[in-house]
Amino acid sequence: MPTTYLEAIREGLWEEMERDPDVFLIGEDIGIYGGAFKVTAGFIEHFGARRVVDTPISESGIVGAAIGAGLMGLRPVAEMQFADFISCGFDQIVNFAAKCRYRWNAAVPMVVRAPSGGGIHGGPFHSQNPEMWFVKTPGLKVICPATAYDAKGLIKSAVRDNDPVIFLEHKALYRRIKEDLPAEEFTVPIGKAKVARAGRDLSVITYGAMVWVALEAAETLAQEGIEMEVVDLRTLLPLDRDTVCESVKKTAKVLLLHEDTRTAGMAGELAISITESVFEHLDAPVVRVTAPDTPVPFSPPLEEAFLPNAAKVIEKARWLHQY
Amino acid sequence: MSIAPTCAPQSQLGSDESAAEAGLARRCLYYMSLMRETEDRIERKLYRQGKILGGVYVGRGQEAIPVGSALHSLPQDVLLPSHRDMAAYLIRGIPLGRIFAQYMGRVDGLTHGRDGNMHMGDMSAGLVSIISALAATVPVAAGVALALKYRGTNGVAFSYFGDGSTSRGDWHEGVNMATVLKLPVVYICNNNQYAYSTPLSGQMACANVADRGPAYGMPAEIVDGNDVLAVHAATGRAVAHARSGLGPYLIECKTFRMTGHSAHDAAEYVPPALFEEWAKRDPILRLEQKMIDHGWDDRPGLDALHAQVLQEVDTAVAWADERPYPDPATLLGGVYDGE
Repeated sequence: MPTTYLEAIREGLWEEMERDPDVFLIGEDIGIYGGAFKVTAGFIEHFGARRVVDTPISESGIVGAAIGAGLMGLRPVAEMQFADFISCGFDQIVNFAAKCRYRWNAAVPMVVRAPSGGGIHGGPFHSQNPEMWFVKTPGLKVICPATAYDAKGLIKSAVRDNDPVIFLEHKALYRRIKEDLPAEEFTVPIGKAKVARAGRDLSVITYGAMVWVALEAAETLAQEGIEMEVVDLRTLLPLDRDTVCESVKKTAKVLLLHEDTRTAGMAGELAISITESVFEHLDAPVVRVTAPDTPVPFSPPLEEAFLPNAAKVIEKARWLHQY
Repeated sequence: MSIAPTCAPQSQLGSDESAAEAGLARRCLYYMSLMRETEDRIERKLYRQGKILGGVYVGRGQEAIPVGSALHSLPQDVLLPSHRDMAAYLIRGIPLGRIFAQYMGRVDGLTHGRDGNMHMGDMSAGLVSIISALAATVPVAAGVALALKYRGTNGVAFSYFGDGSTSRGDWHEGVNMATVLKLPVVYICNNNQYAYSTPLSGQMACANVADRGPAYGMPAEIVDGNDVLAVHAATGRAVAHARSGLGPYLIECKTFRMTGHSAHDAAEYVPPALFEEWAKRDPILRLEQKMIDHGWDDRPGLDALHAQVLQEVDTAVAWADERPYPDPATLLGGVYDGE
């Protein structure tokens, strides 16, 4: 029976809570209600209110409390109802949690889960991709899983990690994708990208929901005889530059793709990393497909124009292939 | 964790109660004097000599607050001091030499030169480091208290802050969460009437920080923050409340900041009459007078205590000044676990 992306995260959290009594959940409406997206439905009935802590509306309070509990050696998993609200807890994350280890050698094992991304007509405050706010912060880890397997394996690794982790769950994937997961326990290492589809002609480097857009584009391009390799970063910080560069060395052409807005997006860091390491292997300029530099609009035609899709990737990939 | 050795009470009084009071007074005087002498050395000597760089913030005139409160802490408790609570570190047993090394950016400071001044912590001593964004430790205190409760201990989180911090959203989010979840937190406000250059009237429209307590459903009391024994007694009530599972408790300690915001700030915006008035209420002088009045000690006894403090500070400064600066080769390590 296939497991959805949402169920995969739920299973991962459940298993970790069964495994380690120091793991607990904290957030708004996560108990009786089961969370805004129902990721934690059924948890309070099984684990009790001690380990599933409903809080007032206070993102800074939630993150701060998670930091305090983490400093004490517990393993809190905090939920933001939407990733957009994570900015309310920004100072706690980037100034408090991220710097504790470097400043005074204090571990903050904490996971902040946050549903990110567009495609559900959520508008400017329920659709953002805030990953780069955190990728710029040494001390944090930033994870953006694309598949149910990775979502489960990475949430488990995040809970076990001894550093603060921002875990961005793409909300459009929650119930849209599913796959059969192994019956036996597994984890996925943080900081390792993977080749989601092998190809020889060009590489697309991407993450999150855009992995599926890239795979759809690769399917169409394959019918034209263009073999596009798809690299799924899975973790943005620490960044697996080796896997990216290996792919570029193989194909010599690279297209960077993200749902996040254009300026200072992940593409910028990837482009300079590629230039620094494998410039001599390139046969074409590094190109990118991203959302434009606007807030995420609400109305369907506007949001559709905003989001990268397979057609936009295919157009750019054809140009790159012919270069 | 080790609590620093204290001066033995030298009371000649007959009753056990008086002897205990005299002993407490002497412990309070020792830590207040040690904090005063430490910070005087930092601000008035090492900073001016260029041996301490960056920001220096002291709690001169406010020593009664961290001393009277932190002396109630048990080993299982966790303290989140503000930047004017040096005595909390001393009472929790942080070696004085390491504190000077911290201020001097040396490798033996609590942050090994990665951060300066009061930005230091040590979880093994139950001390959480402040960050520069004030009140950020208030939600963290809620999490610390949640963990103490989660583990079934009777530990209490001591959350320290100034009047200015209570204007920040983090303060309100942290206090509200702790009261809603009924967590064991004691809030200790040093209301020193100025936040940088902003007087209290520019910080809040209510008369007292303590007025906010009932709005969150927690008891609150106002105490003379320059009377260390009064602070100690109030903290005793607050800690008993929190430790018995009744939830948070707020103590507002009325005091005055006898310095500028930091060492570079001459505080010309403060009317000189205020400094003169509050100088008469100096917590150290007041306690000494009380000790003499009650016959708990005499002038030679107090002089001996001060001489001991001076000796400790001299020794610690000399040690710290010999310590090396961190090796630039260590710059990259320790951002993540295992580095």
